[in-house]
Parts: sequence; C-alpha cells; structure tokens
Amino acid sequence: MTPLARVLTHLSLAVASVVVLLPLGAVFLTSLKTPREMADDSGALSLPDDLLNFSNYVTAFQDGRMVAAFGNTAFILLFAIAGTVVIGSMAAYAIDRFTFRFRGLVVALFLVATLVPGVTTQVATFQIVNSMGVFDTRWAPVLLYMGTDIVSIYIFLQFVRSIPVSLDEAARLDGAGAFTIYRKIIFPLLKPAIATVVIVKGITVYNDFYIPFLYMPSEDLGVISTSLFRFKGPFGAHWEVISAGAVLVILPTLIAFLFLQRYIYNGFMRGATK
Amino acid sequence: MERLPNAVKARKLLTPWLFLIAPLVLLIVFTYAPVANMLVYSFTDWDGVSPELSFTGAGNYVDIFTRSELFQVFLVSGYYLAASVVQIALALYFATVLSFDVRFRNFFKGVIFFPYLINGVAIGFVFLYFFQDGGTLDSVLGLFGYESDRAWLGTSTSANVSLAGVSVWRHLGLNFVLFLGAVQSIPGELYEAAELDGAGRWQQFRYIIAPGIRPVLSLTVILSVSGSLSVFEIPYIMTGGATGTETFVIQTVKLAFQFNKTGLASAAAVVLLLIILAVTWVQRRLVPDDKVDLV
Repeated sequence: MTPLARVLTHLSLAVASVVVLLPLGAVFLTSLKTPREMADDSGALSLPDDLLNFSNYVTAFQDGRMVAAFGNTAFILLFAIAGTVVIGSMAAYAIDRFTFRFRGLVVALFLVATLVPGVTTQVATFQIVNSMGVFDTRWAPVLLYMGTDIVSIYIFLQFVRSIPVSLDEAARLDGAGAFTIYRKIIFPLLKPAIATVVIVKGITVYNDFYIPFLYMPSEDLGVISTSLFRFKGPFGAHWEVISAGAVLVILPTLIAFLFLQRYIYNGFMRGATK
Repeated sequence: MERLPNAVKARKLLTPWLFLIAPLVLLIVFTYAPVANMLVYSFTDWDGVSPELSFTGAGNYVDIFTRSELFQVFLVSGYYLAASVVQIALALYFATVLSFDVRFRNFFKGVIFFPYLINGVAIGFVFLYFFQDGGTLDSVLGLFGYESDRAWLGTSTSANVSLAGVSVWRHLGLNFVLFLGAVQSIPGELYEAAELDGAGRWQQFRYIIAPGIRPVLSLTVILSVSGSLSVFEIPYIMTGGATGTETFVIQTVKLAFQFNKTGLASAAAVVLLLIILAVTWVQRRLVPDDKVDLV
C-alpha cells in the first residue's frame, strides 16, 4: 500500500469508529447529568459535573420497573433457550440418523418455513396464541421463540452429521436404545453447537421487541425492550433518565460481547449463512 | 434384512416420529396454520373479535392497491432499499480493508459489528436523542461552527432519510462480518500469486475477492430486500409512523391491533409474504445454490 492509501484507510476506519461510538457516548454522558444540568442547555457532548452521579440509574431501576423487566427477560430466556436446544437437537437427530417415510416431506416443511418471515404472519399467529389462552403470559413468547427457530435446527444438523455413525452403532451393540443414544452420545457431543445456539438465540431474544410488545401488553410483564419503550411516556422530557435506561439495557450486551467475541462472530456467521 | 417381529418393527417405525413430534407440532401451529388462516381471513371483513365474518372476495386486495394511503407505505420501503445499497457498499469496503493486516484490526472489527447486537429500543432512544433539537447531531455540527435549527425528524423526506441512516448504522455490522468471513476464507496464496503477476489492489478485489464472496453477496441482497420491506422497530420506536414514516409492517400492526381490521391486515400481510417469496425465487433463479441444503 502506498503511504497515502494507508492514511486514507486509517482515516476511514477512524471516521467509522466515531460514527458508531459518538451517539452511544453522548447518551452515556447524558445519563450522568442532573436535571439542572440538562436544563442549562450546554449541549449533548458536554461532560457531566459529577462523573459518578448514578441517581438516574436508581430512578430508571425503581420507577422504570427495570428489575421486574430483567426478571421477565431472564425467565423467557431460560425457557426459550432450553426448549430450542432440546427441540432443535432432537429434530436434527431424527432427520439425520433415521430413514423413514415422509422424511423428505418433513425436511421440505422445515425448509419452506425459513422463507416465511415471522413479521408477516403475526396477524394470524395472534389469533392462535389467543385461542390457546397464553396471550398476555410469559409463555406466549417462550412458545413462539421455540416454535419458529429453524436456523437452530440447521446448526444442530450440521453438527450431528459430523458425529460418526459408528459411535451410535457401538452403543446399539451394547444394548442402548434410540433415546439413550441421543441423550448419552449425540447430545454431549453437540456442545459447540449448543454454545452457538445459546449465544445467538440469547442475544436475539434479549433484544426482541415485536413479540413481547404484541403478546404481553400488561405492565407487570414488561421485558427489557418493552419496559424501556415505556420510558417514553412518564420520562418523556427527562432525557437523563431515558439515557440511563438505554445504557442499562446496552451494558449486558457489551459485557457479553467483550467476553464472547469469537463465539458471537462465528455464531452469527453460521446462523445467517446456514 | 431379516424379518423382525411386528412389535419391534412398529417401534422402529415410530422412533423417529417421537423425536419429531414436538418440533413438527410447533412448526405447524406457529408457521403453517397462521399462513393458512391468514389466507382465509384476507378474503373476509373479520374484525378479529366478533364470531361473525362475511366473505368479501378480493375486496381487501383491491383496497390495498387502489387506496393511495395504504399503498404509500411501499414508497417508504424505497428509502430503506436505497439505504441497503449504501450499507452493502460500506460493508464490502470495510471487509476488504480489514481483511488485510491493519493496526487495531480487532478493535475496528468489534466497533463496526457491535451496533448489530444492541437492543432495538435502546438504539431508537439513542438516535431520538441524536436527532432531537440541540441533541448529539446539532452539538457536533455546532463544533464545526454550523448552527442548525433543523428538525431532523420534522419533514417526511428528512425523517425517512434519518431513519434509514439509523438502519444502516444498526445492520452494517452483520453484512460486514459475513463479507469478512468470506474474504478470509480465500486462500492467501492467491493474493501472493496475483501480486507476483503484478495485480494491484483493485484488480485483486475485482478478480479474487469479488468472485469469492458471490454466494454471501447474493444472500445479503435478498436479506436486504426482505428486510427493507419488513422494517418495523426503528421507525415504530422513534416516530411511531408519524410524518410519513409509516412502513408496511407498522401499518399492518395498526390495522390489525388498533383498528381491528383483521381481514384487511391479513391481505396486506399476504401481499408482503408473496413479494418476499417472489424475491427469494428470483434470487434462487439468478444465483443457483451449488450446495444442497439439509438432505
């Protein structure tokens, strides 16, 4: 590379970093300001007087119901992820290890379903969820997250395929049935795939707004997305509190990203290109 | 194969279905049943609540294509479609640049990707603050001595451009990481050989990198088209669909859940589904997938 090209390359990367970090940084600075400082109109980029002023975070936690929100999100995450892992790995095991009638049809059903974007069908899905009696409960999102995740089945399928069939056969000679083989041999060997699914699914569920917004209108059932969304009303003009809420929601993602970078990159690449 | 007793045979036949029953039931209940119901609703005037409904033929579909306020949302998709062209170009550029040895490579990679992981509501608030009067954008412009008194989300064009910009900010990272993965899977010897032959950077991009990422590029294009048509979160959170920023999905959600027009909303959703299926079909035709999926 010529020196000029090198300078321009670094310049473009620096500009990109500023574009990404500046909006986030401004919100972080605002979250540390007092209402008085906000009224001063000193601009979004001015430093707060007290860098350790966490009072807005306390307000966000207490009045913004963020504790309940994190609890509800954790509940949904736990059941949705556990369900996805069990269901996805079982489906992958059955599809890869058995030959049976209508196998082609089953595979086609899963394949075609990937083409149907979830946002388009909610009008009718809503009626089904409602008639099952789980509307406005935490089970509605859990069921929907479990039931519509075909990408996970793909990821498991790739891994099941890489496990040698000779392992199954050896176990079968020892008298193991299909379920024992799945539980004792296949499932433990799927650990890397499980890690991928847990990470990708975890981030997707944590960030989802559409499904909890449609299916859990009760304020008690707010997840972090919907609870943060409700900041808009009561804190409408209080940008320092809204900012604190946004930072509270972003922080767990940032920590997860810093610690799990490699897995996250791989997971999303595998998930998108299936 | 030796003959098996009937009971054993039945169990062998049944075993795979025991593993498949839960996934299949969920698949049918939450994907295929809604699609089927939606098709039926789309020909009725159902309000979503009352036990009565009457068939209205293709009336809902006629409404969608003839009532201009319903059709208008397709034009909004145009902004997002244009934005995704910019997004793909930027993602390609950064993926190419960062596939070479650059100082602080991992830092830049992380910074460009991270927005993709952030919660949509948080992003909506971050950018409401960014665009608001005296917010981040105005403060930055002020640093350069430019006093702006413009309401960035105030007019239809300005608001849509701003929202599409936020969408690029949010989704660039995924495109970038996908491209980067594809570029890095190209063997390094190819570049060395090309360099020996006197190929410059642009020629390396044109003849080595571009063909290497073709499958990922075509996947990205289709994700962008269906993504542009089904935008919901960012405009809903930031403007609620006001000042001409209403998208197809916002309109459908409002029709179905605020105005109880389940029939009309279903027809709208069917139209969207058909468009997305058509786009996917065209893409499969143009770029045949050489790897066979699943089976």
